[in-house]
Amino acid sequence: MGVLEVKDLKLQFNGKPILNNLSIDFWDGHIHAVVGPNGAGKSSLAAAIMGLSGYRNFEGDVIFEGQSIREMTIDQRARAGITLAWQEPARFEGLSIRDFIKSSAKDKSEDAVRKVLHEVGIESSEYIDRAVDKTLSGGERKKIELASILAMKPKVAILDEPDSGIDIESIQRIFDAVRVLKADGTTVIMITHSLAVLEQAEHAFLMCDGQVVDKGDIKKIRRYFEDKCLACDHKNIPLKEIGGQS
Amino acid sequence: MKSQTELMADLYRETDTDPHELQDPEVAHLVIDGNKVLGLQGVPGLDVQTKELEDGVEVAIKLAEGTKVRKPVHLCFGMYSDKGIQRIVMNVDIGRNAAISILAHCVFPFAVDIQHIMDAKIKIGDGAHYTYFERHIHSPKGGIKVYPKAVVEIGKKAVFKTEFELIKGRVGLIDIDYETTCDDGGVVDMTARVSGKGDDIIKIRETAHLKGENSRGLLNSKIAVRDKARAEIYNKMTATGAYARGHVDCKEIVQDEGVAMAVPIVEVHHPKAHITHEAAIGSVDSRQLETLMSRGLSEDSAVELIINGMLSE
Repeated sequence: MGVLEVKDLKLQFNGKPILNNLSIDFWDGHIHAVVGPNGAGKSSLAAAIMGLSGYRNFEGDVIFEGQSIREMTIDQRARAGITLAWQEPARFEGLSIRDFIKSSAKDKSEDAVRKVLHEVGIESSEYIDRAVDKTLSGGERKKIELASILAMKPKVAILDEPDSGIDIESIQRIFDAVRVLKADGTTVIMITHSLAVLEQAEHAFLMCDGQVVDKGDIKKIRRYFEDKCLACDHKNIPLKEIGGQS
Repeated sequence: MKSQTELMADLYRETDTDPHELQDPEVAHLVIDGNKVLGLQGVPGLDVQTKELEDGVEVAIKLAEGTKVRKPVHLCFGMYSDKGIQRIVMNVDIGRNAAISILAHCVFPFAVDIQHIMDAKIKIGDGAHYTYFERHIHSPKGGIKVYPKAVVEIGKKAVFKTEFELIKGRVGLIDIDYETTCDDGGVVDMTARVSGKGDDIIKIRETAHLKGENSRGLLNSKIAVRDKARAEIYNKMTATGAYARGHVDCKEIVQDEGVAMAVPIVEVHHPKAHITHEAAIGSVDSRQLETLMSRGLSEDSAVELIINGMLSE
């Protein structure tokens, strides 16, 4: 059953189409992957679902648990149960990891904060009082952002490139955390370029040129990585060239 | 009618600090309400003299050479009433190689029309360390004008560190004016963290003269203005000593109709001295805001968390 449906989504930047009549149905409680080349519109899809600034003026609709969310603000969508982990997480000068995680946590106890840090492979005693700032590596910030999502216990978690900036030893912890989300009943949507990430999913969509060009189980979609085959006439334009998210 | 002890405890409780700390014989303290000295306790080597004035108190603090005060000295200057003037005239003399840390709470929880004027002359002897953490508690409506002014002489290899922070209530008007002069190897490190709302006005004028060879300076201001609040920050650092090093840093977040101005002035008068400055004024970063909102925080709560983080940095 679809917990989140994207219906006929059309989005343009500076007159150029980014998402072209895109329709996707994400099944409840599953781990999904959205794969595709640079500029395919994967991150734009994530931004439109979350309602980020610049991604709200679209045609079509986003339906969550049977209700349109297109008029909802970001925080309303989040309180309804949708969240997003960015490819490059924000830095917060002076804000401790403890306070950052607590701000979104359902259970704001110290034990709960330490538990989610442990689940992403962060040693809480060493990190909990540190700020979410430039003193942390990109990979550490990524894990801390994922910890904040574990603490939030969302219904849908969109993870944009969950393995980017993560060292090889830590990738398994990220995948473990994704499984924790699933075990908690969260629908996980991973935006990715990576075969390793795709293989963690149960179902995948292949995007190209702002459209879904293929979907199915992982065996089917992994051919994209093996053959570099594309199911469409490939004419992508990296979005950053026209002022949006790639 | 409350006793002086009860009034002192009430005033102190506003700082979220346990009033029982004042009963520790190793904790020197001075508590003043308006122009009344409610409590005074020294420790060996630290001499504190007070003289009540018509509109405040004159305070002389003298720390004997070589004395290192183990526990922070608690100063509490405040007014439990809602109107009036409190003028604190401070003379501080820190002896050579002495060390002291002062936690000063300025408490005006019910202010409607109060002026708090601090006029300090501080002399820090060679090799001495003097830290002064000033925490303000104001009423939720502001209703106060605060004028902290200090002239500080920092001796050879001496250290002067101060932090000014509003921890509760509205700013009202804060007009800080500190001027410091560093001798050879001296260090000045001044930080102000203030968040204004409504029609608050924040003015900071901090000056550090790095006169001595190898002297060091940091002037650091972190300010947020929301609603129609205004901030004017004039931080000036001059270097005349060889190998003097300094940095002036001002970060301001502006929301709503707030207005922020930063004027960093650096003057280098010696070819072997070096001063840098950095000023950043802008609204809350949209990525930070959207991250917190995507976790379910309202926009106002997210801005509050981001500003509090920036101020506590």
